[in-house]
Amino acid sequence: MALLEIDGVSKSFGGVAANVDISFAVTEGEILGLIGPNGAGKTSLFNAIAGEVTPDAGEIRLDGAPISGLGPVACAERGIARTFQVVRSFDSMTVLENVMVGAFSRAGHAPVAMRAAQETLEFCGLANRAGRFAWQLSPPEKRRLEVARALATQPKLLLLDEMLTGLTPTEAQEGVQLVRAVRDRGITVIMVEHVMEIVLPLVSRAVVLNLGRVLTIGAPAEIVKNPDVIRAYLGDRYAAA
Amino acid sequence: MDNFITRRRRHELMVAGGLLVVAIVVPLFIRDVTALNVIILSLLFAGLSQAWNILGGYCGQISLGHALYFGMGSYVSTLLYVHGAIPPSIGMFAGAAVGGLAALLVGWPCFRLSGHYYAIATVVVGEIGYLLFLNWDYVGGATGVYIPIAKPSLLNLQFGKDKLPYLYVVLAFCAATWLAAWLIEGSRWGYAWRAVKDDMVAARSLGVNIFSSKMAAAAISGAFTGLGGAIYGLYVGYIDPDSVMAGHFSILIALPAVLGGVGTLWGPILGAALLIPMKELSSSYLGGSGRGVDLMLYGAMIVVVALAQPQGVVSLFRRRAHGPA
Repeated sequence: MALLEIDGVSKSFGGVAANVDISFAVTEGEILGLIGPNGAGKTSLFNAIAGEVTPDAGEIRLDGAPISGLGPVACAERGIARTFQVVRSFDSMTVLENVMVGAFSRAGHAPVAMRAAQETLEFCGLANRAGRFAWQLSPPEKRRLEVARALATQPKLLLLDEMLTGLTPTEAQEGVQLVRAVRDRGITVIMVEHVMEIVLPLVSRAVVLNLGRVLTIGAPAEIVKNPDVIRAYLGDRYAAA
Repeated sequence: MDNFITRRRRHELMVAGGLLVVAIVVPLFIRDVTALNVIILSLLFAGLSQAWNILGGYCGQISLGHALYFGMGSYVSTLLYVHGAIPPSIGMFAGAAVGGLAALLVGWPCFRLSGHYYAIATVVVGEIGYLLFLNWDYVGGATGVYIPIAKPSLLNLQFGKDKLPYLYVVLAFCAATWLAAWLIEGSRWGYAWRAVKDDMVAARSLGVNIFSSKMAAAAISGAFTGLGGAIYGLYVGYIDPDSVMAGHFSILIALPAVLGGVGTLWGPILGAALLIPMKELSSSYLGGSGRGVDLMLYGAMIVVVALAQPQGVVSLFRRRAHGPA
C-alpha cells in the first residue's frame, strides 16, 4: 500500500526549475533511495514532502490525504519527520533535551517526553551522551542525534537528507545499521544520497533524479545498469563503454 | 524517573527556597533606609529582568521595548486607583493583563520579523508608546500622575514610611517570576521556546509552532513586566512618562539578564544584584553631576562580560558539563 504519493509535483525558484512533473509512490515499510547528481532537485523535493516549501503544481498525499502546502508543523503532526543535510542541533540544550523537543510533539507532560526521549537515545546508541550539550558531539554523533530527534516524534515516514555523506566507511556502516533498525520498527524511510555505493545496497528501490526530472525508478541492480543513469553521473563517454 | 535533569531541577528549587528564607530574614535586621531602598530596587529589577528573560532568554526574542509594558502596567494600576477607586492590590493585576495584551499586540506584526529587525521594531514601538503617553492629557501627559496617599494597608499596597512591607511585596514578585521561569523550563513550552531560539527550521520540523511559541512567551513576559511596573509606580508614588516609560528602562530591564546570563534561571538575579546597587551608589555619590556615569559603568561591565565570559556571570558558577560524560 502506498504511504506517500507524489503526483506531478513541480517547483521553480525564480527562473530555475528545481522539480518538474515528479511522480512516484512510496510503499509502506520500504527504504526508498532518492539519488542523483548535485543540483538534481533531491533536497528541494524533500522540502516539499516535509512541508517546508509548497509545490507550484501537483499534489503530495500521505495515507491518501493531501499534505502539500500545509507547512512543516502540520506535516510533522501527520507523521513526517526529517533530518537536515547541514546538521541543525539545539546547541544550548543537552542531547536528551534535544530529543525531548521531538518527543513533546506526542507527549503532553515532561516525564512522558523524558522517558520516550531516553528510549529513543538508547535505540540510536546515544544513551551515554544524554547529558552532553549538543555542540559537544562529534559529527557522526550529531547525525545520530538528528535521527533520534526525528524518531521521537513517532513518525510514519522518516526523511534522511545525506545522513551518510562525509562519514568514514566504519561510521557509514553504523549509520546503515541504524537505518535498517528504523525500517524494522515499521517506519518507512526515504533517503537522499549522492554516493550510490552506500545507498544502493540499503534500499529496496531508488528514484533517480536528474535536472529536476525523474530519470528512472527501479531496483538497485537495474539502476546501476541503466545507461541514462551512467550518463547522468559520469558523462556520455562512460555510457557508451 | 531520576536523571540529571530532574536532579538539577530539584537542586535549583532547594537553592531558591534557601535564598528566599535568607531574603525574608536578613532585611528584618536592616534599619538603614538607603540600604533597604537598594535591596527593593534590586529585587524589583531582578524580577523584571527575569520577565524579560522569559521572552529574550528562553525564546531568543530580544526586546528593547519592555519599558512600554512596564509603563502601561504602572499607568493602568495607577489610573484605576485615581479614577476608578480600585485598590492597587487588585489594579496591579489589571496592569499585568494590559502589559501581556500589549506584548501580544506588539508581537502580532513584529514576530514576522526576525533577528535584529525584531529588536529594532521593539525600540520603535517603545518610543511610540512613550510619545503617546507624553501627549495624552487624560493620563496626565508630561505632568504625570500622583498616587493619592491612603491609609497604609495591604489592600492599598501603601505602607507609609515603612519600607519593609514594600520589600516583601517586591520579593514576592521576584520569587513569582523565578518560579514561572522554573516551571517554564521544565514544561513543553520551555523546550519548544528554547528550540525556537536555537534553530527555528529544526524546531518547526519537529512540530513546534514558531509564531504561537513567540506569542505565548511575549504574553507571559509582558504580563510580569506590567505587574512589576504597577508595583514600581506604587513604590515611588508618582509616575510620568519619563519615570516609567522612557527608553532607558527597556535597557535597564534587559541588562541584568544579559550581564548575569541570558536564558538562565539565575542570570537575571545575579545581574540585578551586581548592577542595581552599583547604579544606586554611583548616582547617590555623584548626584546630578554624575548623571550618565552609571551608564558608562554599565557599558564597561557589558564589554568586560562580553570579552571574558560571554555566557554571563552565571557561567562562572556552572560545572563544565553536567551529567554522564
